[in-house]
This record gives sequence, C-alpha cells and structure tokens, in this order.
Amino acid sequence: MSDQPILTLDHVSKRFGSITVVDDVTLNVNPGKIQVLLGENGAGKSTLINMVAGVHEPSSGQIIVDGHPTRIPDTKASEALGIATIHQELQLVSSLSLAENIMMGRLPRRFGLVDKGEMYRLATEALTTVGLHVDPRMPAGALGIARQQLVEIAKALSLKARLLILDEPTASLTKHEIEHLFGVISQLRSEGVGMVFISHHLDEISAIGDSVTVIRDGKFVAEVPATTPEPELVRLMVGRTIDEQFPRRATPPQEPLLSVEGLTRKGAFTDVSFEVRAGEVLGIAGLVGAGRTEVVRAIAGADSYDTGTVTVDGKPLSKGRIAAAIAAGVGLVPEDRKAFGLVLGASVEDNLGYVTLMSSARYGLVDRRGQARRASEVAQRLAVRMRGLGQRVSALSGGNQQKVVLGRWISAGSRVLLLDEPTRGVDVGAKVEIYQLMNEITAAGGAVVMVSSELPEVLGMSDRILVMSDGRVAGVLAVADADQPTVMSLAVKEVESDRV
Amino acid sequence: MSNTQETKPTPHPTPTADVKSTGAKIADFASDNGALVGLLVLCLGMFIATPDFLTPNNLLNVGIQASVVAILAFGQTFVIVTAGIDLSVGSLAALSAMVAAFTGQSWGMPPLVALLFGLLTGLAAGMISGAATAYGKLPPFIATLAMLSVARGLTLVVSNGIPIPTPSVVTWLGGDVGPIPMPVIVMLVMGALGWFTLNRLSIGRAMYAVGGNLEAARLSGIPVKRVLVTVYALSGLFAAVAGLVLSGRLASAQPQAATGYELDSIAAVVIGGASLAGGVGKISGTLIGALVLAVIRNGLNLLNVSAFWQQVIIGLVIAVAVGIDVLRRKRT
Repeated sequence: MSDQPILTLDHVSKRFGSITVVDDVTLNVNPGKIQVLLGENGAGKSTLINMVAGVHEPSSGQIIVDGHPTRIPDTKASEALGIATIHQELQLVSSLSLAENIMMGRLPRRFGLVDKGEMYRLATEALTTVGLHVDPRMPAGALGIARQQLVEIAKALSLKARLLILDEPTASLTKHEIEHLFGVISQLRSEGVGMVFISHHLDEISAIGDSVTVIRDGKFVAEVPATTPEPELVRLMVGRTIDEQFPRRATPPQEPLLSVEGLTRKGAFTDVSFEVRAGEVLGIAGLVGAGRTEVVRAIAGADSYDTGTVTVDGKPLSKGRIAAAIAAGVGLVPEDRKAFGLVLGASVEDNLGYVTLMSSARYGLVDRRGQARRASEVAQRLAVRMRGLGQRVSALSGGNQQKVVLGRWISAGSRVLLLDEPTRGVDVGAKVEIYQLMNEITAAGGAVVMVSSELPEVLGMSDRILVMSDGRVAGVLAVADADQPTVMSLAVKEVESDRV
Repeated sequence: MSNTQETKPTPHPTPTADVKSTGAKIADFASDNGALVGLLVLCLGMFIATPDFLTPNNLLNVGIQASVVAILAFGQTFVIVTAGIDLSVGSLAALSAMVAAFTGQSWGMPPLVALLFGLLTGLAAGMISGAATAYGKLPPFIATLAMLSVARGLTLVVSNGIPIPTPSVVTWLGGDVGPIPMPVIVMLVMGALGWFTLNRLSIGRAMYAVGGNLEAARLSGIPVKRVLVTVYALSGLFAAVAGLVLSGRLASAQPQAATGYELDSIAAVVIGGASLAGGVGKISGTLIGALVLAVIRNGLNLLNVSAFWQQVIIGLVIAVAVGIDVLRRKRT
C-alpha cells in the first residue's frame, strides 16, 4: 500500500453568496485509515463532504485524488473516482428489492432484458461482503435501518469504492448493531479502503478512528490522534470546556402527574404500567423496536391502544385523542423531527405556534399578537439561534430545530413532556441546553418522560429508568442502582427467545 | 444541501436585509412576485401588439372573463394549500347554478331562497368530498374525480339536459352596477373572503400546517380532519358562487356550463405560485394567475388568433410559468 493519500482537500473553501460555510479546511484520507470528521452541527461538515460527493464544488482550494488535482462537478464523477457517500438519510427505494437497489442504474442485461439471475448473484455477492445473509429478492423496506445501512455499504463496495464517506452512520443504531457495523468497517479498513467517518458520539472515535480532524464554524481547528481524551475533543469542537455533560439537578418528586396502567396494544406493547411524579425525569431505555416509541405515542393520543388507562393529574384520558392529551398538559416531541415534528417550509414563528394556534383563537380568528409574543418569548428563553422568527425552520441546525419542537410545548404550558430521542442528531452544545430545559421543566413542577437509545444520557439525566424489552416493562431502576450493564441486561431480556 | 444553510452560532448575526440597495430590493420583489411581473409584462406586450387592449371597456371584459375562473381558483387555493386537489369545481359550479335555477323555476321558490339552495348544494357536495378524503381515506384526486362525474350527472338529471332560466337575483349577479360588472365585484369580495380565511382565521393558518406536514400538524393538536373537510366545503361553496355568476351572466343555467374549468382553476393557482406539494399558496397569487389566463385569452382574441391555437399557447404558458417558479425556488 502506498503512503499517498487517496484524497486530499487542500485549503478548500465554500461560499454561498456572502456567507462562508467552509473556510480554508485541509483534510487527508489515507488508504486503510479512518479519518474522523468532528464538529458541531452547522460547523460545515456536510458541506465539506458534499464537495467530495460532487454536490458542491469548492469556491477555492483544490481536491486532490491520488496525487492529481481533480474536479468533481457531479455525483457521477465522484462515483467514477471510487468515492461513495453513505448519507445520514438512507437512499434506498424501500419498495424495490435489495438486488435492484444495489444494482440500480447498472442492471445486468441479456438480450435487452434484465438478467435477473445475474442480478441476484451479483447482489448476493455484494451483501456477503458486509456480512448480510438475506434474500436479495426481499424489498429493502423490510429491513431495519441498521441493515439498510449495510446494504448501502454493500452497494458502494460493489461500485468498487476505495473511499467511503459515512455521515453519522450510527445515529439510529443500537449498541449491538453498531458493533456489527464496526466489524464491517474494520474489515474494509484492513482491505485498504479509506474512510471519512462523521459522528457525534465521542466514544466511537477512539473505538474506530485513526485520526480526527476537528472543524468549528467552517474553519479547520486541529488534527489530533483518535486516542485524544473526550474532554479535549469537546473543547476543540465547541471552543470552550463543557463542565458537565449531564447537568441533571434533581428536584424532590411530588404527587404523581402521569400514571399508565396496563397499557396494551397487540403486536406493539403489553401490560405497560408506570407512574411519573411531578418534578421527575423518567428515562425509558431499551433496544430499537422494544415498543418505547409506540408507548409514548399512545400516551400522547397519537395512536390508539387496546386496553389500559392513562391518567394525568388524576383524570383519565380518552384513548387515541391528541386534543384531549394536549388539553391535559401532555406534549410529545416525536422521534423524527423532520418527518413528524416540523413543517419545514414554514417559519420558526409558525412552527412554535401550532399547539396554541387553535386554542388561543377567538371567534375563529388567529390571536396574532399573542402568537407572535409567545413565539418570541420562547425562542429567547430557549436561545434558538436564527436570523429571525420569520426564517424558515428548515434553515436551522438540528439542535435549534429540536428546540423549536420543544418550544411549541413550553409555550403551550404543557406539564408532561414525552421526549422521544430528544438529542438525536443534536450537537454537544445544544444537547446541554436541552438537558437544562428538562431541569427547568421539572423544577417548575412538570414531569419528563425521555425515551433514549443513548445509555449515558439515560443514566445521566433520569431520576428513574424504565427498561423495555419486547413490548414489556423489563424493570424499573432508581438511577443510583443503574449502570450500563444492568440496563443492557434488562433490555435484552427475553428478546432472543420471543423474536422470529 | 440543507446543512449549507445552517445558522452559525454567532452571537450577533448581521441582518443582511437592512443593508440592501434599492436595486437589490426591486430585484427581490420581482423574484418574490414573479407572477405579478409576468402579468405586467404580458399586459405591456398586449398593449404594444394591439391598442384595443388598454381601453376601459376591454379591461372590464378581461375582468369578467377572469371572474368565474378566479372565484373557482380561490376555492381551489384552500385545497391545494393542504396538498390536495379538487377536480369537481367545474361540475359543482354547474350543479349549484342548476339547483338554484330549478328550485326557482320549477318549485317556485323565492329568488333569494333559490340562491341559498344553490350555495348549499356546492357546500354540501364539497363536504362530502372532504369527508371521503379525511375519513374515507380516498385520495383527493379520486374523491373529487368521482364528485366531478356525480355532480355533472346530477346537473343533467335535474335539468333534463335543457337550460333553465335563472332567478332574478342570480341574473342580477351577472349584471352591472353602473359601469362596473357585478362578476368583477363578486370576484373581489370572494378574493377578500379567501384572503381573510387563509391569513386571519386559525383554520386558515392550520391549512398551511396540514399541507406542509400533515403528521406534524396532527401531533401538534391541529384537527386535521376538520381542516380537510372545511377546505373541500369551502371549495364547493366558492364553486357554487362561480356557477351562479356564470349562469347569471347568461341568464340561464346550462347543463354543460363550466366544463373543464377545474383545470383552469388549478392552472390559475399554480401560476400564482402555489405548490401542488402543499403548504404554499396565496390568494393574491391566484388572482394574478386567473388574470394571466384571462389576459392571454383576451389578447389572443383581439389579435384574431384561432381558439385552437389559444389552447396550445395557454398550455405552454402554464408550463413556462411553473417552470420559472421551480427554478427560482431552487436557487434560494
């Protein structure tokens, strides 16, 4: 293997109009090495990799591939150079078969017709390289996110990719799935594939990376070895030290605010009971697919359930009615904010006001002054970083978008907040702000239910932890008695035996 | 992609809008109001091509020609804002006018009551389409396609295929007040009502939320089904008004009236800058869209272009207008 980098970004910059998004960044990727790209949301990581993927061309600076200065005007050119990008949002067509997805655009032909036998053979071969032994005839949508991600990698490898760019590949994976993915990645590394790896999970960096490039506000900050301690990485990334990653201030719990009794929906969750007191944060841990999201959605009235009761402040809620839940003070911050949380084309102000839009109206007229006032107050309180309330919410970074979804409920005065993966795709700085907001809610006599797949977060922010496994409550732990192994052992309880 | 627009965590973002030159402001305005600029350019072109265009009489003619499509299109705007489509508006216009004429003529209802029957017909039919969409889970395209056929059929059943004279109040709607034609006044009133609904009523703002992201709207407690039923009901009501104006102009309700107008109304809405994907659309844009269509038809008539070629030209205008809009949105 030569020592020549596969790819060098040599002092590249990218300007959009008067705004410089990437400013004089240099990055090397060597064969058989994993270069971690670290930076907060909005630091310019995506723009940087889009230059390599052929989405944007740099405004200045050079892209050097195998020692030759190169232009990458479009995605085809990027592919031809052996570069493959696995975007955060997966690009598979869920109704098409795995084979068709993998071979898309280059289906093998015989006599002008698709040669299905050959297609399935090539697809099986590609799937084997990532350790997937599934039927290539299966529709892509039938696989979970983790395995879809592997299919994308398989597709990239079948295109003879020598450079893989992985944009937050672990964001929606469970620990077990991440381990498998890392196994595949290590295998590829030993075969000489170079990789750029983007992640917000600092613990993954030392586990998988070789070297780390840190950027902040579009500028190159440092290149350090992957063994650099986490606090130092955080300092480089945010430009200041974050004293506490999990600033939970426990409030003495008071009377029960939310109680759930025997909640059951066939095929989703069974006999789920728990209680959350005012001033308390209940963390819900468990594997993806354990039924956590389904339970909080049912409590919020987003979906119905078969049996059981949900009681808020002593009053039972009628099932499947969002309006009733909201009136009782329940607010849901859903798992996927782009799909379920935000109207991306609408302004920050509109997005902050949806919960109060109808209830604050008088004679059917919008309470325009009140809506504007509430939006500006809550945006200020949550320190939403934006150009103004009229800005489109799609232009905000992930953390600020999440604050907008949360802000909607704060502004409506909700007392029971159900947060489903509240910090997914949110950078370190905004994470802490969201945690502090949870403290404020509980200090003001509210209750928080937080579903999270990040164990450190669950352990750091909860007062009690409920672990779900296969649709059931596997156990409830006081945070003092909980650590990663105990939570994980509850999370995998029974799973192996019951699953098909 | 989206990340390129992320806001930086700078404590003092410089408001770029404040330092723009007048020229840049005009350019911004033109880019934000593409349809309006197009309409003005079109009028200028027509004025140069034929001096007859810019006479008061002819302009009022354009107004009359635009009015029926504009009223239909205002109703259509509500529907398109929620990412739906209403194919039944032409048929509902005909049915409502026919019901008004029939109840006035055959049942001997007083003119105002007959008018009310006409309006209720459009409203009720719209509610049925809305309920089929919201509760019956039929795609709007299918629900309103069915309504298109049902309403046209009922129009023929009620009229027996023969035109019926309109009640006096309906004929008045098609007449003039001094020099101003009533259809133009009705168009402006309905436009004002449409604007008020979309911008000042909470259910109007909710329409944008539902069209922008139905699930996010639902989870925020917006009564999505009620909103959907309302938009189709409003579309039906506006269609009824358009139908009454049209029949008043002719002093008789025609069984084949307003055939194909649903397509003109959709064209007016999209020329006005709305997106069929939902969440976007304005009454002012729709008005401009309807005027663009009317100016083209009027101008081409003045220039003696055959009606066959007019169809070809209008089709091209729709494609170009929406194409420009798509390009513009992509750039920003």
